[in-house]
Amino acid sequence: MNSKKTEKIAFFVLFLATLLIILPVGLVVCIIIQKGFPAMTWQFLTDIPRQGMRAGGIFPALVGTIYIVFGAILFALPIGLGAAIYLSEYTKEHFLNRLIKLAIVNLAGVPSVVYGLFGFAFFVIFFKFGASILSGSLTLAIMILPIIITASREALESVPYSFREVSYSLGASKWQTIRHIVLGNAIPGILTGTILGVGRAAGETAPILFTVAAFYLPQLPKTIFDQAMALPYHLYVISTQVPNVDEKIRYGTALVLLILVFFMNLVAIVIRTQFRKKKKW
Amino acid sequence: MQKFKEFIIEKLILISGLASIFFVILIFLFLLKEGLALFKFVNPGQFLFGKNWYPISEPAQLEILPLILGSLLVTLGAAVISIPIGVGCAIFIAEVSPPSIKEILKAGIELLAAIPSVVLGFIGMVTLVPWVKNIFQLPTGLTAVSGSIMLAFMAMPTIVSIAEDALYSVPKSYKEGALALGSTKWQAIYRVLLPAASSGIFAAVMLGLGRVIGETMAVMMITGNAAVIPKSILQPVRTLTATIAAEMGEAVVGSEHYFALFAIGIVLFVVSFMINVTADLFLHRKKI
Repeated sequence: MNSKKTEKIAFFVLFLATLLIILPVGLVVCIIIQKGFPAMTWQFLTDIPRQGMRAGGIFPALVGTIYIVFGAILFALPIGLGAAIYLSEYTKEHFLNRLIKLAIVNLAGVPSVVYGLFGFAFFVIFFKFGASILSGSLTLAIMILPIIITASREALESVPYSFREVSYSLGASKWQTIRHIVLGNAIPGILTGTILGVGRAAGETAPILFTVAAFYLPQLPKTIFDQAMALPYHLYVISTQVPNVDEKIRYGTALVLLILVFFMNLVAIVIRTQFRKKKKW
Repeated sequence: MQKFKEFIIEKLILISGLASIFFVILIFLFLLKEGLALFKFVNPGQFLFGKNWYPISEPAQLEILPLILGSLLVTLGAAVISIPIGVGCAIFIAEVSPPSIKEILKAGIELLAAIPSVVLGFIGMVTLVPWVKNIFQLPTGLTAVSGSIMLAFMAMPTIVSIAEDALYSVPKSYKEGALALGSTKWQAIYRVLLPAASSGIFAAVMLGLGRVIGETMAVMMITGNAAVIPKSILQPVRTLTATIAAEMGEAVVGSEHYFALFAIGIVLFVVSFMINVTADLFLHRKKI
């Protein structure tokens, strides 16, 4: 067999491998949209679940997820941004830098259910927050920390060094330079990381299983010490725990969750591409 | 005043910087605190290598070999599927595909990475599980093989994106050198690029499989959750992660069962720690 022919066959096989990933993804998204779309009514989004979650809507789960995710960002963004600033602007000791990066990699690799265990032992039991929005948000915050740190650090490091030098030469202090020059130019990148973190937090189930998620709770949570329903857990419940739930409701819930997560990713991608186009350097 | 303000801010930034290290240690300490209590009741060898997981029988039997084997079997299956397809896709995106579809393909991969695992689990339940049942003529489609297929898809985005990065970071001159010597594009990829990127690709595979071992929801929904030693991939199995997720809600705080679930958490933490450290070493290997 000559080498040209081998090349053709090899490239065809590689193409097939790519199709084997892309096609199922497309198929999954299409199925969910096609079967979930009929459930998409205003009532579905704004009504509480009725008849043992076999009818009605998903409003408490939707609101619960928004609360939990908002709380997670509230905790994760300041710490994540601080860590990113430290790694990109302050760190000098190579060893400590390496150690922090290794910790971030490991934090990103800890299985989500282990976060759930930790959140339960630490926030729910040790700090006596109980199963609550506070516990769930804190648990998710630690989980999305690596995403925010990594994206923000990249954004900060991509600001050219000359910007900083100009600022110093004008007599600005280190913090003034970071605050007014570096951060300003890194905001799109930081925003991208934050939104990706939101998307990740919104879709996770295992970390909230024992820290906040309520099986069924028709009223909305009033304080951060209340339990709340959450969209991913609700999908798990109606597809495995409750028998005879109408297919439409299951697909509808899956679709809402998918839209929520994809929307976040889309916004992140749009910001990123806009930013790259407008880059001044 | 200005000086003092900056001092405070710089200390706050230092604290944030150290937060990741602090959290990793904190997670491990709390797992140890709750998990090690188990070994007052069960010896570690028996816990790891005993065959019976009956947490609510009297007395409870807490031995996790069936769960370890369940996790290994599902992971092995996912590896067999995801490694060739994922690496193949990475090569295609990095070297073969025309630039115009390259971005679309990458977006498709990112899309897959973004789908929440509970949604994939749900889709697996309603599509994959009945197919597996019909194709293999089984009493149930909730089997290890269904889990492996689903998990392969969850590992692929990691494998593809990191392997693609590794291929991309091989200096252009390597390939150009090979092409100048008269090799075809494929020969250059196969003989030059792949060996040069091998440590990055290895790290990609490790991280992909790390994701598989730690995956919880999809696995819990489609592997059938039978805590017995699996004899074939066409049987229901139960993984370490699914056991924690399924039983934590019922375990009484402070009971042997509760401690055992944290001990499983220690096992998962240690395994993922080793995987991540190894992958990191391979990723940061000194470039030639």
